[in-house]
Amino acid sequence: MKQDMVDRLKNDPDFLKLVRVRSRFAWTLTIVMLVIYFGFVLTIAFDPSILGTPLCDGLVTTVGIPVGIAVIISAFLLTGIYVRRANGEFDELTHRIKMKAKGEV
Amino acid sequence: MKPIIFLLLGSAGIFAGEAISGAVEKQPLNISAIIMFLIFVGATLAITYWAAKRTKTAKDFYTAGGGITGFQNGMAIAGDYMSAASFLGISALVYGKGYDGLIYSIGFLVGWPIILFMVAEQLRNLGKYTFADVASYRLRQMPIRTLAAFGSILTVVLYLIAQMVGAGKLIQLLFGLDYEIAVVLVGVLMILYVTFGGMLATTWVQIIKAFLLLSGATFMAIAVMAHYNFNFESLFATAVQMKDVSIMAPGKLVSDPISALSLGIALMFGTAGLPHILMRFFTVSDAKEARKSVFYATGFIGYFYILTFIIGFGAIVMVFQNPQYLDLAKQAVDGGYPILGGDNMAAIHLSHAVGGDFFLGFISAVAFATILAVVSGLTLAGASAISHDLYASVIKKGKTDGLMEMKVSKIATVILGIVAIFLGIIFEDQNIAFMVGLAFAIAASANFPILFLSMYWSKLTTRGALFGGSLGLLTAAVLVVLGPTVWVDVMGNAQAIFPYKYPALFSVSAAFIGIWFFSITDSSDEAAKEREAFEAQYIRAQTGIGAEGATEH
Repeated sequence: MKQDMVDRLKNDPDFLKLVRVRSRFAWTLTIVMLVIYFGFVLTIAFDPSILGTPLCDGLVTTVGIPVGIAVIISAFLLTGIYVRRANGEFDELTHRIKMKAKGEV
Repeated sequence: MKPIIFLLLGSAGIFAGEAISGAVEKQPLNISAIIMFLIFVGATLAITYWAAKRTKTAKDFYTAGGGITGFQNGMAIAGDYMSAASFLGISALVYGKGYDGLIYSIGFLVGWPIILFMVAEQLRNLGKYTFADVASYRLRQMPIRTLAAFGSILTVVLYLIAQMVGAGKLIQLLFGLDYEIAVVLVGVLMILYVTFGGMLATTWVQIIKAFLLLSGATFMAIAVMAHYNFNFESLFATAVQMKDVSIMAPGKLVSDPISALSLGIALMFGTAGLPHILMRFFTVSDAKEARKSVFYATGFIGYFYILTFIIGFGAIVMVFQNPQYLDLAKQAVDGGYPILGGDNMAAIHLSHAVGGDFFLGFISAVAFATILAVVSGLTLAGASAISHDLYASVIKKGKTDGLMEMKVSKIATVILGIVAIFLGIIFEDQNIAFMVGLAFAIAASANFPILFLSMYWSKLTTRGALFGGSLGLLTAAVLVVLGPTVWVDVMGNAQAIFPYKYPALFSVSAAFIGIWFFSITDSSDEAAKEREAFEAQYIRAQTGIGAEGATEH
């Protein structure tokens, strides 16, 4: 990439928007995943009995079973949420930036 | 039959699930399994022949021509992750410890969303064949490529040893072949796939195997649930009657907060630093397909872990205490309900319990296919580090053509294959449970920090990456050796010098702090240029501008 193109693109409003919005979105989702996972393992580390409690009296299924499955599903959902927005909104912005870059080559 | 010591459930720690080890007894020849396996080998060799005709350039060889779709790549990534040892090991862990098996598998899954949010598309936009392309993008090629290649090869070889030893033992158990013959067979087939078919064959072998494994596991889980009218409570209630109520709650797997944090960091950042996984992101055409790959991979892997959880409980109710699978000789000595072949055979016995001899043969053949596919992917990643990073970029300083590079890669594959066979035989009776853990620790502490900071931190310099990355690698290796898994379990000392099994919390911190410190104190002219080059790299990483040109060689 030529330096003049770098200088133009780095101040391009679309580029700045893409980077700002996507970074914030990616970091938010990352933090959500970290909080869910480390919340889960640290709960186990500090007090394993919480997840070992039966869902209700008389059942053998413990709280830990739906919680564990929910952590797995949350990982899948978070990737889905990201991909949906990135393949739509972010890719449109990227496409616009690319078109501008091409026009200026 | 001799007692079978699988370290999985011993003190060797969480990663042992990835490494089948200990002494195993050869089984009688399993004819239906061998026939189904031969069909698989025939089909994959046909794919290799087809792929060989389409593998003409270095780009074909390393990245399957870059034309793999997001869905296919997601399946292949999931395949890389669902090794035979993780299928048998995780279901065995659930079978033995119940809920702890679920905690274990969750740790392996949660790295994927982070890879998607932070590295997947940037990697695709910046790299060509290996993750070292990205790490060395604006830094000095020689030192950074060398360090990245060293980290890759070390990770690959450690992982490969664990897989080869597991393969030999498993094949002995399932097919009744000699250990050495099994290891040589795996090595030879892997060399054939990779040298002739390159990434295209490796990817399709992985996709087919992932499909077979997911189908087989789905059938087993459904068969188990059908027995209980698809009611989890009655499955769990029966399992608790067979064992005891402790299987429904967290056990000893995660004991203290430091270990919990350290393990989580190793699994998350380790996954994001595994060269054979990172390499798969270069097989898709663009950032969009790279993203989709992770989405599908996360789905398949998560689904697979839920299946193994059901399979583990299914084995408790249908295999445990079932006289058909009981190892009577061992029971006479030790009491309890030991099953034939040890706990790692729980899923295999369950396949017989739900589907008879035919389905047992199918699952055994799939387990073998799984090993082949995983070692092929590992070997290709190792060979790429040797040919693309060390040969083409460091030794020839970029002055070589693609054909020569591909030739070196094929030679490297053959050498790696032979080395893997030898190491597999040498380590047969060694305690190798720490190796996958060490591979993850190195990937998390050396590969990942350099990769991550090269993409996000403008002030990174060659000196910082080199010193910090090496520091992370050394810290990880030293702490694993001084920790309980090697110092006590392998070397037989009474007390570990470093008390934690998982060093990642410390070694990853050391790497990040080291990279930070040696970068900000670097006032050389080179460093100034490297910082200046960040802008152009950042624009390309974010948008992919320039990426197309670079991949069309």
